[in-house]
Amino acid sequence: MATKAYQRVYTKLEGITKATVSLKAKGVSNDELAVVDGRLAQVVRIKGDTITLQVFSGTEGIPTNAEVVFLGEPPTLKVSEQLSGRFFDAYGHPIDGGPEIDGEERQIGGPSVNPYKRRQPSQLIPTGIAGIDLNNTLVSGQKIPFFADPDQPYNQVMADVALRADVDKIILGGMGLSNDDYLFFRHSFEAAGALDKIICFINTTENPPVERLLVPDMALTAAEYFAVDKNEKVLVLLTDMTLYADALSIVSNRMDQIPSKDSMPGSLYSDLAKIYEKAVQLPTEGSITIIAVTTLNDGDITHAIPDNTGYITEGQLFLRADSDTGKVIIDPFRSLSRLKQLVQGKKTREDHSQVMNASVRLYADAQNAKTKLENGFDLSDYDHRCLDYAKDYARELLAIDVNIGITDMLDTAWKLFAKYFSPAETGIKQALIDKYWVK
Amino acid sequence: MKTRGIVTGIVSNLVTVKVDGPVAENEICYITAQGVKLMAEVIKVNGENASVQVFESTRGLKGGDAVEFEGRMLEVELGPGLLSSVYDGLQNNLATMENVFLQRGEYTAPLDHQKLWDFTPIAKPGDKVQAADWLGEVKEGWLPHKIMVPFAFKGTYTVKSVKEAGAYNIDTVVAVLTNEEGEDVNVTMTQKWPVKVAVKGYKEKPRPNRIMETGVRVIDTMNPIAEGGTGFIPGPFGCGKTVLQHAIAKQGDADVIVMAACGERANEVVEIFTEFPELIDPHTGRHLMERTTIICNTSNMPVAAREASVYTAMTLCEYYRAMGLKCLLLADSTSRWAQALREMSNRMEELPGADAFPVDLSAIISNFYARAGMVVLNNGQTGAVTFIGTVSPAGGNLKEPVTESTKKAARCFYALEQNRADQKRYPAVGPLDSYSKYLDYPEIRAFLDETVEKGWVDKVLVAKNIIRRGKEASEQINILGDDGVPMSYHINFWKSELVDFVILQQDAFDAIDALCPLERQRFMLDLVLDICGKDYEFEDFEKCRDFFKRLINELRQMNYSAYESEQFWAYNESVKKMIA
Repeated sequence: MATKAYQRVYTKLEGITKATVSLKAKGVSNDELAVVDGRLAQVVRIKGDTITLQVFSGTEGIPTNAEVVFLGEPPTLKVSEQLSGRFFDAYGHPIDGGPEIDGEERQIGGPSVNPYKRRQPSQLIPTGIAGIDLNNTLVSGQKIPFFADPDQPYNQVMADVALRADVDKIILGGMGLSNDDYLFFRHSFEAAGALDKIICFINTTENPPVERLLVPDMALTAAEYFAVDKNEKVLVLLTDMTLYADALSIVSNRMDQIPSKDSMPGSLYSDLAKIYEKAVQLPTEGSITIIAVTTLNDGDITHAIPDNTGYITEGQLFLRADSDTGKVIIDPFRSLSRLKQLVQGKKTREDHSQVMNASVRLYADAQNAKTKLENGFDLSDYDHRCLDYAKDYARELLAIDVNIGITDMLDTAWKLFAKYFSPAETGIKQALIDKYWVK
Repeated sequence: MKTRGIVTGIVSNLVTVKVDGPVAENEICYITAQGVKLMAEVIKVNGENASVQVFESTRGLKGGDAVEFEGRMLEVELGPGLLSSVYDGLQNNLATMENVFLQRGEYTAPLDHQKLWDFTPIAKPGDKVQAADWLGEVKEGWLPHKIMVPFAFKGTYTVKSVKEAGAYNIDTVVAVLTNEEGEDVNVTMTQKWPVKVAVKGYKEKPRPNRIMETGVRVIDTMNPIAEGGTGFIPGPFGCGKTVLQHAIAKQGDADVIVMAACGERANEVVEIFTEFPELIDPHTGRHLMERTTIICNTSNMPVAAREASVYTAMTLCEYYRAMGLKCLLLADSTSRWAQALREMSNRMEELPGADAFPVDLSAIISNFYARAGMVVLNNGQTGAVTFIGTVSPAGGNLKEPVTESTKKAARCFYALEQNRADQKRYPAVGPLDSYSKYLDYPEIRAFLDETVEKGWVDKVLVAKNIIRRGKEASEQINILGDDGVPMSYHINFWKSELVDFVILQQDAFDAIDALCPLERQRFMLDLVLDICGKDYEFEDFEKCRDFFKRLINELRQMNYSAYESEQFWAYNESVKKMIA
C-alpha cells in the first residue's frame, strides 16, 4: 500500500489510545484505510473534522507528530486462482515467501447475499465422525462452531473434518493461533497432500490482537470469490472466534463505548452475525460452509461470546472428555446441528432420525442411572443395561476417533439396541423396528 | 421546500447531520454518498444537528455529503399483492432484486403496479364513509382483499362514484369521495401508512373471546392463545424456538400470516420460502405461501432496518385486520430488535438502563404488543391480529430486561426449558412455568365449553396438577431412592410421564403427529385423564415402570397413526385392555 505523490500528509495527532489515534483531517470517508507512522489503520469515527483511526498493530511508539496518509479505500484483497495453496497474514500479504498475488482487488466485508437468492442447503458433508454424522449431520452452506475448553483437541478435530469433507477449497482463518497450532495445520494439510486446495489467513499470538479483526473478512472475501465466481464448494475454518471477539471489545473499550454483558460491545451479535451469515448455499453449485471454534471458559456457555454465537450459528458441537471410556466424545446432549433434518432420512437411510433420537434418549437414561449410582441407590436391571449400553455407545459412536460411513453408524446403533434393549424400550416406530431390528 | 443538510459526523450507522430547516422526529432522509442515495431516519435532534440512523452500510460516507429530508416518516405501501411477497425490513421487494448480493441504495417497489386485479364495488354513490370503510374488493389468492378508504383520511366522506366491476391495476382510481368541504378526492387500490403509528379506523377493541388453534398440543390444550391475543416464547438457543414458531406458522388457524425474521438466520427464511409454497394450509386446502408474507431482515442486514422490520410487519397485519380477517404475526426474535435499539442508544451515548439497554425499552415493547388485538370494525365485522414473539434471553437467563419487559406485555408465556431440550422432549415448553392468562377469561372458558367440551378448562387444570405431583414425586424419589418411597410416588411420577410423553411432547417432523386438531387433542386428553384417574397396584416399582412404559409406547404409536384410522383404534383397544 504505497502512498501516492499527491496525497496530503498530516503530521499532527490530537489523541492516542492503545488502539486508536485521532487527528483533524478533511474529506475522509468512513471505513477508509490510512497509514499512521507506517502502520495500517482504519477510520472508525468521524466527528466534524476530527477523525478517529483504529491502528491494527497497536499504537506503541507512535508520536504525536507521526505522518498520517489516507488511502481513500477500505481494506481490500486481491483475488484470483493464485490464492490457492498460499499462506497470508491478516492484511493479505504472503507469509510463505511466495510472490504477491495478481488479481482483481475487492473490498473485504462487502454486502450480504440477498436472502431470496439463497437456496436451501441440502448437501450432506460426511466427516466419518459418528458424533457428527449420526447425531449432528453437517450440511453445505451451514455455519457451526465447536464449543470447546482450551485444553480440548478442537483444532485437530477441525483439521480432520476439513480434510475428510468433500470440498473444492478449504480456507483457514487463524486468529490468535499459537505458532505451534499454525504449524500443526500447515503440516496436516501438507501431509494430506491437500495444499493446492488450501488458503490460509493467519494471525498468530505473536501478532497484534487488533489485526485479527481483518482475518474473517479476508478469509470470507476469498471464499466468496471461489463460491460465487467459480461455483466451488468452499469450507471456511475460523479459529478462535473468542479471540476475535476479545479484539472487538478492546477497540470498543478504547473508543469509550458503554459495554454490555461481559464487557463485550453492545454490537457483538451483529458483528458476529456479519461473519457467520456469509455461509451460504448459492443458486449455482457454489457454497460457503463455516466451521468455527469458540473456546469456552470452563464450559460456560452463558458468557456473551458463546451465547451470541449460539443464536447466530446453525447449531454447535461440544467436545467433552468421557470418563467411562477415556476418550474425547462429541457430547450428544448439548451438540446440535439445526440443518440435520434437511439431509437425515433424505440423503441418508429412512431410519436415521429415529435411531438418532432413540440412541440419545437411552444415553440420557444411562446418565440418570449414573446419578442414582453416585447417590448410592440400588440400580434396576434396566439401569444396568443402560450403563453398559452407554459405554459401547460412547466408544463405538460418540468418540472423535471413529471414522465410518453413515450406514455403518446406523447398523452399529441397531446392533447396540438389540444387544441391550427390547424394541419397546427404544420407542422407535413399529414399521422401522420390523425392518431393521437385529434378531 | 425540502430541508437539506450536510453530514458532520459518522460512527458506524449513526450519522450526524447539520440541517438548514425544520426536521421531525422519525422523519426520513436520503444521504447521497458516492452517487448512491442511502435512506436514514431521524432519531434525535439537538439544535441544528440531527442524529440519523442509516438503514445501510455507511462505508465511504464523508463529512460534507449532502442530505435531503423527505417530510414524512417511514411508510409502507399497502394494497393487493402483499401476500406471498418477501420483503426486507423497509418493504423492498427482495424477489425483484437482480443481484445475488444486496446492493446499497437499491430500493424496489413493494407492489406490482402493472398487474390487473378483478375489482368488485361494495360502496354505492351517496354512501357516507370514513377511514378504513370498505369501498370494493379484489380477490388476492382466495382472500377477499378489501379496498378501503385510506387510513389517513380524517372525517366523513360521501361516495361520489365507484368504478364498475372490472380488471384494473392498483393505480387506477376506483372511487371518488367528497369531503366535508365539498372537495373531491381520488382513491386508488393502494395507500401509504407510517409504520410506527398504529392503524385505527375500527369501532372498538373488545377482550378476545375465542382461541386460535395451532395444532400444537402443548399450546392449544395446555396454554391456549386467544385470537387477537399476545404471547411470547423465550428460550436459550437450541431449545426449538424456531421449529415451534414454524409449526405455528404452518398450522395456525389464521387467514393471513406475517412472519418477521428480525435479525435471525437467513437459512431459516430460506426454509420458509422453500417449504411453504409446497405445503398445504390444513384449514383451507390452499398453498401456505398464498396467505403468507415474509418480512426478512436477517442478522447480517443493517441494524437500523431490523428495528423497522417489526413495525413494517405489524402494519401489514393491521391493514388486513381492517378487512375483517384473522391475522397472525410471528416475530423472531424481538430480542434482536431490542439489541438494535441498544446499539443505537449506545452510539448516541445515552445513559444506559439495565444491561446497557435503553431505559424506555419496557415502554417500547408494551406499546408494540398493544397493537395486536381483536377489533370490531365500523361495519360490525371483526378482525384480529394475534402476535407471538420469540425472545432470545442472553445466557438463557430469563431475568434479563427483554424477557422481563415482554412478560409484562404478553398474555401467554411459553418458556422453553434447556433440560427438556437436552432430553429431546420437544416441544420443550415447560409445563409448569408456562401460562396462558386466557384460561382465566370467562369468555374463553365459555368458548372452550362450547367448542371442545363442557368443563374443558378444569380438565386441563387436572392434567397440569398431575404433572406438578409427578415433579414432586420425582424429587422425592431422587432424594430417597426408588425403594425409599411408597409405591404411590412411583405411580404419580409415571402418570406425569404419561401426560408428558403423550400430550406435551409432539414430533414436529412426523407427517401425522406434527398437526393435532383440537378434536383429536380432546380425545387424547380424555383418554390420558381416564388412564390417570384409575387406581393401580404393583408389586414393585420396576413392574410399575414397565407397565407405564408399555402404555406410553402404545399411546405414542397412537399419536403417530392417522386419527380414527384402523391402526389408531387398534392401539386404542390395546390401551383399554391394559388398563381394564
